[in-house]
Amino acid sequence: MFWNEKAETLKPDELQELQLRRLKKTLSQVQRVDFYRNLLSTAGVKTSSIKTLEDIRKIPFTKKQDLRGGYPFGFFAVPMKKIVRIHTTSGTTGKPTVVGYTRKDLDTWSGLIARNMTMVGVGENDVFQNMVNYGMFTGGLGFHYGAEKIGMTVIPSATGNTKRQIEMIKDFGVTTIHCTPSYAMHLSEIAEEMDMSLDSLRTGIFGAEPWSESVRRTLEKRLGLTAYDSYGLSELFGPGVAFECPERDGLHIWHDCFYVEIIDPKTGEKVSDGERGELVVTPLVKEAMPLLRYRTGDVTLLMEDGCLCRRGKKIARITGRSDDMLVIRGINVFPSQIEHVLLKIPEVGNQFMVYIDRINHLDEMTVEVEINREYFSGELADLARLQKKVVKELHDALELRTTVKLVEPGSLPRFEGKAKRVIDRREAV
Amino acid sequence: MDAQKYVIRQISIFSENRPGRLAAIAHALGEEKVNILAFSIAEANGFGVVRALVDHPEKAHDKLMSLGFNVAFTDVIAVRMKDQPGGLYEVAKILGDAGVNIEYSYAYSGKEGAVLILRVDQVEEAIKKIKTSGATLLERSVFH
Repeated sequence: MFWNEKAETLKPDELQELQLRRLKKTLSQVQRVDFYRNLLSTAGVKTSSIKTLEDIRKIPFTKKQDLRGGYPFGFFAVPMKKIVRIHTTSGTTGKPTVVGYTRKDLDTWSGLIARNMTMVGVGENDVFQNMVNYGMFTGGLGFHYGAEKIGMTVIPSATGNTKRQIEMIKDFGVTTIHCTPSYAMHLSEIAEEMDMSLDSLRTGIFGAEPWSESVRRTLEKRLGLTAYDSYGLSELFGPGVAFECPERDGLHIWHDCFYVEIIDPKTGEKVSDGERGELVVTPLVKEAMPLLRYRTGDVTLLMEDGCLCRRGKKIARITGRSDDMLVIRGINVFPSQIEHVLLKIPEVGNQFMVYIDRINHLDEMTVEVEINREYFSGELADLARLQKKVVKELHDALELRTTVKLVEPGSLPRFEGKAKRVIDRREAV
Repeated sequence: MDAQKYVIRQISIFSENRPGRLAAIAHALGEEKVNILAFSIAEANGFGVVRALVDHPEKAHDKLMSLGFNVAFTDVIAVRMKDQPGGLYEVAKILGDAGVNIEYSYAYSGKEGAVLILRVDQVEEAIKKIKTSGATLLERSVFH
């Protein structure tokens, strides 16, 4: 089943022609963004320098850190009156990354979700429970509008209250769910405890964090559904960038909307065909916030073989990150964000350690921080207050509940050279 | 009334809640020939504060600081109690009646009877009320 058969099954030469045309258009759009005007003039790249798709390599990369300099709206290439929605995602420090959408962007985005969901065979006869955050996170509204577009019955249940989620699945005859794979594991256990069988379920869409084939088998068995991997990032609209088809052997990335490169993260050079590297994407149809050669930080490879479903080349399931970004309960966290929070609290030191564990299938993050000698009053109550304060500040910045441990000054490791402040003790999902 | 002579300096030491921390503190004080007259441990979420009355608070403070411990002085008072049923009640009632709040307290029983160590919210008021009630406050010189 296709949502947009023509776009999804373009022949290679048609596709390349379309990509080149759209790339040139994107290049003229970015001229309205100071960052890109400077970047391109410094690199000596003019619109006329791009004659073939290969010429894209003349353009320097855009990194997550670059977006920070444009906070909040510096990367918008249209006047604010044309922006109809903004979302945010984690920044590398302090401020989040803001992403904007024109009306057409929202339509393009929901169209991509519509392609994905149609591809896995769901449609207007299905009831869809969307169990992800509906706020600034793109996962909630992104799937919501895509599912409505193909006529599904959408339950915007968002996160939390697992028992109620399970009751709704049962009472409303939900056939399709979307959540993080770890939340799905948790949900399946609670359903078992409640002695509830969720017979109506048929399709599970899981994303926002990497997960393994063994988790797929477990989820399929426990929830009685077929599980599909979903990939996206807010800088490229949000979810919907790439998605598994019924073959479930790699994710179709929508080449008419995203120009894909796989690079060696160290050298920035293109890797050999079929080799693993960092995914770099140039969105080809974004209006509000065009980007050039955006480094996703996600590690994958471009699969060479064609797919039975006739759609374009697939990327392999994401196996890791080329930077130090962590994914905790589906939320992106950079260690630099934690450091930034601690710098603003004089009662604690700037050294820290982060431990990540998975307890009952849910990620738990523990931050150890030293108390500052000068602020020790000798009172236990003051320390307890300080501990709460650090928890709150981290929560405000990361939108994530953490456990904070106060430790003795000087007791945390000091690093010369590259710091290793994060100990991820989670077993692979 | 010279209330100051009844104000005793307790040392408060921040400690993570893990094996060996008390031993490390006690070892350091032993090395410095500092005698611990009374102590308690208060525990919160993953950490604690060791509170101690010692015969040489400055020496104890400096030694522990040099070892990297986080140490602060806290003012407390010490009241002699009868080492018999109702002894604690007598002292607690004086403070309760005076509206003085006890933030924390610990006690020891020595050769000369039982002693209650108190951290209160109004030190001067507590000293005054205890004195007028006829109970005995221990002077700072008894400890240091």
